Amino acid sequence: MTTALLFATGAILILAVLALVYRIITLVGIAKGDQKKKVTTSNKINAALFPIVLVVGSGLIMWSFNDAKQFFLPEAASIHGKETDHLFWITMGIVFTAFALTHLLLFTFPFLFQFSEKRKADFNPHNDTLEIAWTAVPAIVMAVLVIFGWRAWADITAPATEDAIQVELMGKQFAWEIRYPGKDLKLGRYDVANIDNTNSMGVDYDDVNAQDDFTAREIYLPVGREVELKIRAIDVIHSVFLPHFRVKMDAVPGMPTRFKFTPTITTAEMRQKTNNPKFNYELACTEVCGYGHFGMRKLVKVVTQEEYDEWLMKQKPWLEKNPDYLSQWEAKKAKTASVAKSH
Amino acid sequence: MSSVALDVESKDVHSHDDHEHHGNFITNYVFSFDHKVIAKQYLISGIFWAIIGGGLSLLFRIQLGFPEANLEWLRPLLGDWITESGKMDTTFYLAAVTMHGTIMVFFVLTAGLSGTFSNFLIPLQIGARDMASGFMNMLSYWLFFVASVIMFISLFASTGPASGGWVIYPPLSALPQAVSGSGIGMTLWLVSMVFFIASSLLGSINYISTVINLRTAGMSFAKMPLTIWSFFITAIIGTLSFPVLFAAALLLVFDRSFGTSFYLSDIYIQGELLEHSGGSPILFQHLFWFLGHPEVYIVLLPALGLTSEVISTNSRKPIFGYRAMIGSMLGIAFLSFIVWAHHMFVSGMNPFLGTIFMFLTLIIAVPSAVKAFNYITTLFRGNIIFTPAMLFSIGLVSLFISGGVTGIILGNSALDIQLHDTYFVVAHFHLVMGSAAFFGMMAGVYHWYPKMFGRMMNSAMGYVHFWLTFIGAYMVFFPMHYIGIAGFPRRYYSFTNFDAFSTFTDLNTFISIAAILTVTAQFIFVFNFFWSMFRGRLAPLNPWNSTTLEWTTPRKPGHGNWPGALPIVYRWPYDYSKPDADKDGFTDFIPQNVPLAKTEHSNTPEEKVLVELDEKFEQLGEEREKNPFI
Repeated sequence: MTTALLFATGAILILAVLALVYRIITLVGIAKGDQKKKVTTSNKINAALFPIVLVVGSGLIMWSFNDAKQFFLPEAASIHGKETDHLFWITMGIVFTAFALTHLLLFTFPFLFQFSEKRKADFNPHNDTLEIAWTAVPAIVMAVLVIFGWRAWADITAPATEDAIQVELMGKQFAWEIRYPGKDLKLGRYDVANIDNTNSMGVDYDDVNAQDDFTAREIYLPVGREVELKIRAIDVIHSVFLPHFRVKMDAVPGMPTRFKFTPTITTAEMRQKTNNPKFNYELACTEVCGYGHFGMRKLVKVVTQEEYDEWLMKQKPWLEKNPDYLSQWEAKKAKTASVAKSH
Repeated sequence: MSSVALDVESKDVHSHDDHEHHGNFITNYVFSFDHKVIAKQYLISGIFWAIIGGGLSLLFRIQLGFPEANLEWLRPLLGDWITESGKMDTTFYLAAVTMHGTIMVFFVLTAGLSGTFSNFLIPLQIGARDMASGFMNMLSYWLFFVASVIMFISLFASTGPASGGWVIYPPLSALPQAVSGSGIGMTLWLVSMVFFIASSLLGSINYISTVINLRTAGMSFAKMPLTIWSFFITAIIGTLSFPVLFAAALLLVFDRSFGTSFYLSDIYIQGELLEHSGGSPILFQHLFWFLGHPEVYIVLLPALGLTSEVISTNSRKPIFGYRAMIGSMLGIAFLSFIVWAHHMFVSGMNPFLGTIFMFLTLIIAVPSAVKAFNYITTLFRGNIIFTPAMLFSIGLVSLFISGGVTGIILGNSALDIQLHDTYFVVAHFHLVMGSAAFFGMMAGVYHWYPKMFGRMMNSAMGYVHFWLTFIGAYMVFFPMHYIGIAGFPRRYYSFTNFDAFSTFTDLNTFISIAAILTVTAQFIFVFNFFWSMFRGRLAPLNPWNSTTLEWTTPRKPGHGNWPGALPIVYRWPYDYSKPDADKDGFTDFIPQNVPLAKTEHSNTPEEKVLVELDEKFEQLGEEREKNPFI
């Protein structure tokens, strides 16, 4: 109650001050005879503020960029990421130049051509040469950018090579699950209908390819080998985001997606480069998926081929880790089959 | 066509002998058919929604800027959305983000902007007594009002309003078990939007038919002010794209309530396997963005139209490249329908489509660049008067450029991989669409306020309002580029879970403080707006020395707009600072209703030929006074 009263009093006070200011400005204007003038002193002030904002603003942009740079992601840790980073900074350079030049004009013209009784504005409705020029120049620049973008995009989205390591990522509220193909290098089939408390990815254990599949708590990848992420989701849309590898692809229920990339820097090397012994590659979700959206984190470990092989050796197939599951699986299958028959 | 004509007739019979339409309070101010009253209704509703939408942004900016703070003090406002430990509920955070987007895009920048200025300016600037159908126009506002009430009620749902983002992607928006906002909150959202779409269509159809049919004698398309061109093109975009959103929403309603599977397939959620099968969430995205992208231009084009008018008037120069401006608006409008999938580069759609849409998207930069260059050239060698409207227009051009150029980066599918759904995107569209359109709206209000309310706004307060808002907008949105380049994802409640995103805490605090100050500064405007209605200096008939027809009406135009005959148009709307105009007895502007015959000295060579047409227009005008259907 008291807070409400306090707020009300405050609001009334502010209103009173504004009303007073309004009245004073009006009265001063009348005293100075502003109504009869075409412009008042404020025209000069506003005109001068534009170049001032330009100068101060340029300084702030340069300072803030230099200050913020340290927090930008370190260099891309994938082959395509280096390319897109390069393209990004080139494009940024071009558009920043356009931004700077247009603003140079936009913020000095108001000062240079502010109202003066002595001058008259030009009557200059159009100039075909100029118009053609500034249609053509952006068109050419865009065409060049499109070509570079298209080539990069085509490389990134091309099919993965046959010996690419396949890793399955499955998004659900609010976690990622990871499956590797095992020794046969083939991921087994899956179906959401198979999901139960144990088999959380819905893997189809009738499929021979699934027998040696194993799950992992972290994504392990050998450096320099192409990886093909097989991405899916089982409830709402999620999105796989590996910021350091410049990888992003939605995980869509009912529509598997994929993304291939080649890591180029191991976690250990990155720890040295960033001078951060605790550095880890991370996987984040970038499609809003509910209240836990901001917590869907997984770690990615990029290791040498030897370390990777060693790690692989230690992994046991999921079925081996869950020895009781097969009998449960058979029972479940029998049950669904009989239900299907009775229908 | 015939119904349009009939409506004009019934109204015209009324207004011919009796221009002051006498009705009671209800018919004059509530269910009014008068386009000026309806415009003001839209404007005031828009201001109401802007306060709500801005307030929501402050709530989530407080969370982002001060993640450690105890928010117990917000409990009187948010109740149980503040947890026992004094933190903002994570679902409420999503709801605030979602409703901020929905409200700003649809209720403020579509209804508040187009609704206000299309209604107010189309009849006044083309020389018509009112809209083609006053009744449909009234219906349009009141359907919007119903949509507003429903959307407002949804804010108070116990499970929260819609919270799957303003793009309401299913399955998140389809399944109440996925997020609590997808319960009654989402239902209300969809119902509200159905009314909103109906309102928008009624409005758009009215704008289109008014512009085509009710232009006064002499007002050919080539003599229309750019404002009218922009409203006209906007209305066409709206008519073609909003029905698709309606379809998308309808299918979503079916999936939510009637067990269909348009968007749903293979879903296992909360320990339960759903029966939906065979649908595609991507289908929704295609349908949504088929509206969603043109929507950007529905928001932006009217702002650009208003700006064209204001910049030309206050530079005391004709707008540079009138035809190029129309051409680029038409180009933008056409392209706006074939770029939608650039929002979906990493949605899993066929990468080949990504290539096509990247190509088409980057083309749209060309007409946009032309517009920006034309604005700047209009300022060149002008004699610039800085009214608050002029300041906001220059501000718009700045924001349009700074937000637009990053579109070239985001439209490149290879670069979008990293930047998609990061703060880089947030920075981009808040500058180019949010702030730019808002600035256009402000320019419009300051410029046409004298015609709306017959009084002047306080310009000193307008200057302060502009500089605070302009600097504030950059302080809020410019640093977001940095955060985006660092990879920070959108719609995150907090960033502390990730090592990669745990930097920049100071910058987020800075942005939040800037946002609070900028939003607070808007109350200077709100005060000025309402106070000036009663205490503002009485407006002169033509306060900005403008050429267009609305300034030939009385200080407070009544029903029918012109007490006598409709004005006749003889020239284009940008005869500012014409050489030798003084020899014809004019200062630095010649209104559109001055016959070419009266300006022998200042006529251009083309106009010297066109003088002959003066008489024809006069005759046509006279005949139309007797029979308006010629």
